[in-house]
Amino acid sequence: MKRAFTNARLVCPTRGIVTGTLITEGDRIVSVGQTGLPSDTDVVECKGLTLAPAIVDLGVFAIDLPAFHAGGIARVGLMPDQSPVLDDPGIVQRAALIGKPTLWIHPIAAATKGLAGTDLAEMAINRQAGAKAVATGRGWIADSGVMRKVLGYARDLGLTVISHAEDGGLTGRTVATAGEAATRMGLASAPSLAEPLAIARDLMLAEETGARLHVRQVTTAAGFDLIRAAKRRGVAVTCGITPAHLLLSDIAMTDFRSFAHLSPPLRGEDDRQAALAAIADGTIDVLASGHDPRGPEEKRLPFADAAPGAADAEHLLALALTLVRDERLTIDRLFALLSANPAKVLGVEGGTLSEGAPADLVAFDAGAPWQIATEAMTAKTGNTPFDGLPVQGKVHRLFKGGTEVFST
Amino acid sequence: MPASDHSPAAQIPGGAVFPHGSLTGIAGLQPHEIVFLLDEAEQWVDWNRRHAKSQHPLDGLTQINAFFENSTRTLLSFEIAGKRLGADVVNMHAAQSSVKKGETLIDTAMTLNAMRADVIVIRHASSGAVQLIADKVDCPVLNAGDGAHEHPTQALLDALTIRRRRGGVAGQRVVICGDLLHSRVARSNILALTALAAEVRVCAPTTLMPPAIERMGVTPFTDFDAAIEACDVVMMLRLQNERMAGAYIPSTREYHLRYGLTLERLARARPDALVMHPGPMNRGVEIASNVADHPDHSAITEQVEMGVAVRMACLDVLTRRARGVEGWA
Repeated sequence: MKRAFTNARLVCPTRGIVTGTLITEGDRIVSVGQTGLPSDTDVVECKGLTLAPAIVDLGVFAIDLPAFHAGGIARVGLMPDQSPVLDDPGIVQRAALIGKPTLWIHPIAAATKGLAGTDLAEMAINRQAGAKAVATGRGWIADSGVMRKVLGYARDLGLTVISHAEDGGLTGRTVATAGEAATRMGLASAPSLAEPLAIARDLMLAEETGARLHVRQVTTAAGFDLIRAAKRRGVAVTCGITPAHLLLSDIAMTDFRSFAHLSPPLRGEDDRQAALAAIADGTIDVLASGHDPRGPEEKRLPFADAAPGAADAEHLLALALTLVRDERLTIDRLFALLSANPAKVLGVEGGTLSEGAPADLVAFDAGAPWQIATEAMTAKTGNTPFDGLPVQGKVHRLFKGGTEVFST
Repeated sequence: MPASDHSPAAQIPGGAVFPHGSLTGIAGLQPHEIVFLLDEAEQWVDWNRRHAKSQHPLDGLTQINAFFENSTRTLLSFEIAGKRLGADVVNMHAAQSSVKKGETLIDTAMTLNAMRADVIVIRHASSGAVQLIADKVDCPVLNAGDGAHEHPTQALLDALTIRRRRGGVAGQRVVICGDLLHSRVARSNILALTALAAEVRVCAPTTLMPPAIERMGVTPFTDFDAAIEACDVVMMLRLQNERMAGAYIPSTREYHLRYGLTLERLARARPDALVMHPGPMNRGVEIASNVADHPDHSAITEQVEMGVAVRMACLDVLTRRARGVEGWA
């Protein structure tokens, strides 16, 4: 059965903006941009909406199907920080299967057993069970010897290592970035240097071992400089960020708003500006939600006692589109960050509108205005630092493998 | 009694002079509102010194002192302040409460609220905890110290002590020395003293200095001998036991060498300099005994006395609306 998506603005990270019709057959895209309709085709009239490859959300902490679908997300990379930890083939395999067919979950296995940062986890067995990468989880591996083994062993298997870059000795039990905001609030803080310190070590180890390294969140000016320089040297490194670190600085913590308690913590304005520059110049490869739903029992607490994290999967596209409106990047480049690049990091299909690619498609109105509201969220919980923010861009329909899985 | 710098009470009718439901910090206060609280406290200083105490404006009101962190002095001060005003004072210690049984802070707050407290005084180990409770309860909330954030009544009693002893706060050169990093007393004092136009210096080893502290309008020093030069007021902070051995400073004797307030060091300050300490003191660590007990310089016991008066003023002012005091309803 063929399906033709007509009257849409087609946005593809590799082809740019294309006019014409997109045709799918079964779970695949078969033609892009042709004019005229083949016979016996089911027509999806897109009414001028934008049609783009569905978002691949790299590094989510919970499986939250309604939120992902509302956000135009058809695939997620699931972090190993689950209960139990994704370090065993049975658990990995189960995670890989729960979302199908409407959401494909790509498990990211733990790099070390129990994410303890000491012993190598069974990476090959977990890959066989469906793991697409390995990760250090929410934390950093403090022991350089262990991290070197992780990178070397993962390189043998061709698995990307996804790291969390914060030097644990500096961060300790701190909850904020050192600066005026943290000092005024009396919050334990660590210098933003904790991030480039960790990145510098991991980059040197990756360079030496030849491993592929993806730094899940880079949020500091010095961190971007290190990534930029390493890419220039030819190190196989990529990095990502979440909208919070692009759009908010540490003053968002004012009044002890625990929804602004994130990991890594919000940074100063200089670092935020550096992040915007790094988005524009291509240093940042991946834009992800970091979806981490936390209920009131974890968030309605004093700032330092609250759990870090934000549940922004359904806001990811609208927040990302502000970067396009501010002319930080073009919309086709945006979908490289949202879809094509994260798919590449995971080594999975998707992320482009090309013949033979999976028919994972999101249709959205890029200009539709709405307001983010905690109580109106479809996510499991309403913890977002963007509560009350007016945004533009609303997902209308989502197709996974040619099948419609969400519509407004 | 020194006259206040300005007296808005005469110009602004009723509650407009202090339009706050709770006192969670100095940060939200205008300079004239700080002065108003100090003026209110002055009357209670004299009243406290009399033996027959006849006024009981808080008669029949219930004051709950909810202390989630251990305290002897502040709790006692708030208890005496409430009782002198005629309130029924109930103390809730965290050690005896269901907090230890896993009840959340919000649930505890809702419980206190349901018991119809008329004013709640809270101390908690986490910064921002008092604000969190204040947002959930219907009665006025007084912050008796939250984490490393604020301790507003301490700053008010310190400002009152300085004002009474030095004739005013504006233009006074004050040095605050000690563990600024973990100190709510320092933060509230910096806010109050800079609001009242004092010149504030802060002094600590870099390991105990909050980042970007100069953004709060103070001048940071690491050398105490330089910081104390020509100061009118020397305010020492307590060094917590758990921070003494190795974590932030090598040892207490090394700390004393660099930051201990001795008579020799004090000689660098103004000849009539005032020495203050929020207590409890580590004699021989941050302050030498002969300085702490110095009859001319030390204002440490006076601070304790001002503490009761300031807390009475805060309890009185914050409950005026509920009591239907004329002009406050």
